[in-house]
Amino acid sequence: MLSDVVVSILLIGGALMSLAAGIGLVRFPDLLSRMHAATKPQVLGLLLFLLALALETGSWPLIPLLVLCWLFQLLTTPVSAHMVGRAGYRTRHLRRDLLTIDELDDVVACAVVEVDRQAPPHEADPVEGREDHDRRGGVDH
Amino acid sequence: MSRQKFSLVTDVPLILWLTFVWGALWQDFGAGTLIFGLVIAFVVVNFFYLPPVGLSGRFNILAFLSFSAGFLVDLVTASVEVFWLAVTRGPALRNAVVAVRLRSHSDLIVTATGHATSLIPGSLVVEVDRATSTLYLHCLNVSTEEDAEAMRATVRKSEAAFIRIMGTKEELAELRAEGSVS
Repeated sequence: MLSDVVVSILLIGGALMSLAAGIGLVRFPDLLSRMHAATKPQVLGLLLFLLALALETGSWPLIPLLVLCWLFQLLTTPVSAHMVGRAGYRTRHLRRDLLTIDELDDVVACAVVEVDRQAPPHEADPVEGREDHDRRGGVDH
Repeated sequence: MSRQKFSLVTDVPLILWLTFVWGALWQDFGAGTLIFGLVIAFVVVNFFYLPPVGLSGRFNILAFLSFSAGFLVDLVTASVEVFWLAVTRGPALRNAVVAVRLRSHSDLIVTATGHATSLIPGSLVVEVDRATSTLYLHCLNVSTEEDAEAMRATVRKSEAAFIRIMGTKEELAELRAEGSVS
């Protein structure tokens, strides 16, 4: 009886995290802030679901598998969030008017000026200048 | 491609971990499964070459447990906070891209810090400058320089926790020196 109550609370908590993600996707203004809503609440949401599953089945051999599920989610979520966020920033899929501080923009601007001064783009060393070229790519498009 | 030489610090934890994964996937930790898993782990580690990870050889389990507890608390509070922001602020949200300069130049520590920061709702790693080990974070609901400074302090605190868990002795000594000065 008690375990049923705990399991229901955990499941409802997990479902609320999905709801948070949904509301965030609809309400947040631009790509990067939506990324927060879409990826993050699920870390806690999945943890709550897996805890509920462990309690409900009460089977010990299942628990390492559930731990693995959560660990692999912990490892992969930030990577996908980073890749989408980085691509979004570089292709300017963000609203700069919503940013109060942008310290990356200053760095990119400095890098572009420096590369232009040091060498014309077509003469730049392909290996040395690669990182800066990447940045330039992000700024120019 | 096989590895040049068998390294005790890097390969043994990896083999044990892969054996555990094998047992967990079969949901069976009997001797037969584990021995077969061990063989497969050995083959995988030796035949599928990965760039070596610079492990420091130390791992402080107490520091790890205290960090994990703090991480779970942060996870819950920040998830609720993002939920609350989504409901109350929504489109009126103001964000910032904040640069955080880390102390460590170890890839492992920088990656772990970036991961932990990304996992806590409200911050997202947009760009990493490996040369200066600077993380550029996109943070929800940051409107003043004080908010940004608070964010930087949080990230540097989690980096300090990772150095205590698995940083090299030199990094640990630097961290202690810094702590006694401030």
